[in-house]
Amino acid sequence: MITRLLKRFIASAVTLLGTAFLTFFLLNAVPGDVARVIAGAKATPEVIKDIHAKYHLDDPLWQRFGFYLGQLAHGNLGHSYVTDQSVAEAILTRLPTTAALSSLAVVMWVALAVPFGVLTARFRDSWFDRSVLIAATLTLSLPAFWLARMLQYWLGYQLGWFPIGFFRSFFDLLLPAAALAILFVGYYARLIHTNMVEVLDSPYVRAARARGASETAVLFQHALRNAMIPVVTILGMDVAGLLGGVLFIENVFALPGIGTLAVQSVFNLDPPVIMGTVLFSAALVVGANWVVDLLYGLIDPRIKTGI
Amino acid sequence: MPLLEINNLQIDFGRGLNALRAVDGVSLALEPGKTLCVVGESGSGKSVTALSIARLLATPPAVYAGGEILLENRDVLRMPAAELRQIRGGLVSYVFQEAGASLNPVFRIGNQIREALQLHRPEAATNAEIIRLLKLVGIPAPESRMRCYPHELSGGMQQRVMIAMALAPQPKLLVADEPTTALDVTIQAQIIELLVRLRQQLGMAILLITHNLGIVGDIADEVAVMYAGQIVETAPARALLLRPLHPYTRALINSVPRLDSTAGRLATIAGAVPRLGAFPSGCRFHPRCPIARPECSQSPPALVEVEPGRRVRCPFWNQPAANPSTLDPLIPGPTT
Amino acid sequence: MNTPPLLEVKALKVHFPVETSLFSRTRHFVRAVDDVSFTVAPGETVGLVGESGCGKTTLGRAVIRLVEPTGGQILFAGEDLGSLNRATLRSRRRQFQMIFQDPYASLNPRARVENIIADALDIHHLVASPTERRQRVEKLLEDVGLHPSHAQRYPHEFSGGQRQRIGIARALAVEPRLIVCDEPVSALDVSVQAQIVNLLRDLQQEHHMAYLFVAHDLAVVRHISHRILVMYLGRLVEAGDARAVCQSPRHPYTQALISAVPIVDPDSKRRRIILAGDVPSPIHPPGGCPFHPRCPVAEPRCQTEVPAWREIAPGRHVACHLAQ
Repeated sequence: MITRLLKRFIASAVTLLGTAFLTFFLLNAVPGDVARVIAGAKATPEVIKDIHAKYHLDDPLWQRFGFYLGQLAHGNLGHSYVTDQSVAEAILTRLPTTAALSSLAVVMWVALAVPFGVLTARFRDSWFDRSVLIAATLTLSLPAFWLARMLQYWLGYQLGWFPIGFFRSFFDLLLPAAALAILFVGYYARLIHTNMVEVLDSPYVRAARARGASETAVLFQHALRNAMIPVVTILGMDVAGLLGGVLFIENVFALPGIGTLAVQSVFNLDPPVIMGTVLFSAALVVGANWVVDLLYGLIDPRIKTGI
Repeated sequence: MPLLEINNLQIDFGRGLNALRAVDGVSLALEPGKTLCVVGESGSGKSVTALSIARLLATPPAVYAGGEILLENRDVLRMPAAELRQIRGGLVSYVFQEAGASLNPVFRIGNQIREALQLHRPEAATNAEIIRLLKLVGIPAPESRMRCYPHELSGGMQQRVMIAMALAPQPKLLVADEPTTALDVTIQAQIIELLVRLRQQLGMAILLITHNLGIVGDIADEVAVMYAGQIVETAPARALLLRPLHPYTRALINSVPRLDSTAGRLATIAGAVPRLGAFPSGCRFHPRCPIARPECSQSPPALVEVEPGRRVRCPFWNQPAANPSTLDPLIPGPTT
Repeated sequence: MNTPPLLEVKALKVHFPVETSLFSRTRHFVRAVDDVSFTVAPGETVGLVGESGCGKTTLGRAVIRLVEPTGGQILFAGEDLGSLNRATLRSRRRQFQMIFQDPYASLNPRARVENIIADALDIHHLVASPTERRQRVEKLLEDVGLHPSHAQRYPHEFSGGQRQRIGIARALAVEPRLIVCDEPVSALDVSVQAQIVNLLRDLQQEHHMAYLFVAHDLAVVRHISHRILVMYLGRLVEAGDARAVCQSPRHPYTQALISAVPIVDPDSKRRRIILAGDVPSPIHPPGGCPFHPRCPVAEPRCQTEVPAWREIAPGRHVACHLAQ
């Protein structure tokens, strides 16, 4: 109903507003004069004063926040204090890299997680199941930057099988995507495993076996279709999170994505870009929530789509 | 030759020292076209027995510890997997208790029936056949119902769809595990009437598991009563209901409340059904039996044919009670 | 006939709003209970029968305000329950208790039996010391056929029938005047059902409390009730003395219900009335008499006029145009 849509919309707006608010005020709590960063180490006091005036840095915090929101309402994310590039442009030009990296990783980890999840459920408590469980717990506990560095060093530098960084061709994405996939595959394999175990115990799977369906059909048609329903929605959320910037991996492999942009902007103390990347990420998450709810209604016929 | 023959079936749950015997030496036979009802309360082993006919029990935790199940003279328990898949649906079909849960929630029912057809009668896997089956089980407007999802149907409709799916491959044996327990009484009556009509039309045998003695009278040719993993009595249906021989059967029939009774108190069976692993020694029913004697706790009785077509697992079935006052007067005893 | 009724329900309505889809404008309601009126005398057992979806469970809960009624009145011992504030209602709850259907779900698995039973005693400050509390609990356990030592055990150590006895002891603890029994034996084995039904009867004779016995099994209801109410799609269709209703039902639905009850006697010559179709949705009940689409004797009038709740004989009510 319209009231529910409206309530949802307002809740999303409040979330984004709150994110903006928190980020803005936290930024200003960080020690360091933005003007100095912009002007450089050798700047004279006059230049600093000029910069303060130009960017309204002496205005009260609330006023500056209000001003920022006003700009936002017009679709203007501002310009980088460091490069003077439009923030929106900066984000959009880097989005394809992040998107390519993320999609490649998703394909990799789903392609692995599904068979592992299904087979470990089918052969529950076997040595196979147990070793996959251990491997999964291990891989999802790995720190991202450590894994990325290790892969970069051993497979890129020592063995020379993969390039160690930069994005010149599709091949450069393989190692970073693999790193990212390794971090997620364990979690998804276990998720699918747990859902499959539950589904395999259900009456309709038994009924399918009673009809003489082959084990493959039972696993991959009857059971998997049901087990994947919650997985798809979680995947939606994770993809949204990734599109907001794959921070560690992009940085280690020096890929020109949103993640590197975000990290650089923090080192540079570049508020518009920081705000921009944070809000972009937040908007993706909020949007993903909507999409995932709709998706749920589409893939599970028992749910009526009432957002 | 009987269509189904179960000989001394033994099924355990768990292994080694922890094994609990849920089905202990059950033997049954079912002729083609006949209906056998297996009656029992919870823990009697009736569902486990029924599921083992097509080897549907999850092994672990179940273990087929002994005996054989012969379907058209082939032992199901020792069949190779490919042959097993053929008889599942092709020879023996199942109808389960909760039809809603036994239908895959994400597929339309028309497609689920189509799958049943494709597995065993691929030449008949057409929309026309699906519609014919839905009409056969009494589903109105089958052309549009085909496109429904299970949750869009009522309980009675879901059960009819299950029956249609079970009949699609034209099996010779239909195993129905408490098919009406989860349904309302008026819908129950519809489903039983449907089963009676279908078995006449299609000439198939039915093995019906239930705890409801009232249904037995409506549909069964033969009855087997189970208690604590064993069969305690078998008889033609009418004979059993009019003149039960085993004290458990008598007490069970007695304790069912009747619409037309004028008695104040209901007859009861003292105590509760024993749990797996805690079966009493000797005769498993002896702690609750109104005619129990000291010997009953010592030696387990055998299932013996005491009259033509009637087997009882009680050596004292036709003797007056040691303590007559404990026997309920409401149902005539075997000797009256 | 002059004793005032213990419970008087007048034109009770319980409607639940339905979650509609994104694009629908109208609000729909599930009319779970629609204009129901009846009384329960002190010490009487009134059986409430109907099939799934008829609203009997909702009615049972609404009567003791576990579910909030949408309309109508509930008078308990002359007092309007709907008018009480929360504190007063809480103190009144001593007088009416409930027994639930699922003996496995209605007992807290983490609590000892003693605490489960004594919970209400503590709430209403009915015992002065721990010793008295323990003694009360032990007496209650004996009353329901359990051993006093069971007080220290946990629910999972008991069978379904025993747990139901614990639930009964719990309801009995505060000496209520009315107990609403919501399908108390449906989840039990047949041999155990009989024990619990007998126990309820014995307790009633001893403590003189009234029961509102909600169930779908007509035979069980017939056995324990003095009067029977038959419900269909949120409305009462017939009411009267238990024996009379079962022997000579006047409403076509009651007749079908009775004929559908499986009888153990294979020689019974009764005629089975098989109803066509399913129970309609309580969100869109049919117009006129709610039973008319499935009624074997429906007339054109039944499609448009809602039948009135008529007293066709002393103590006998029917809602049917055709009943005499």
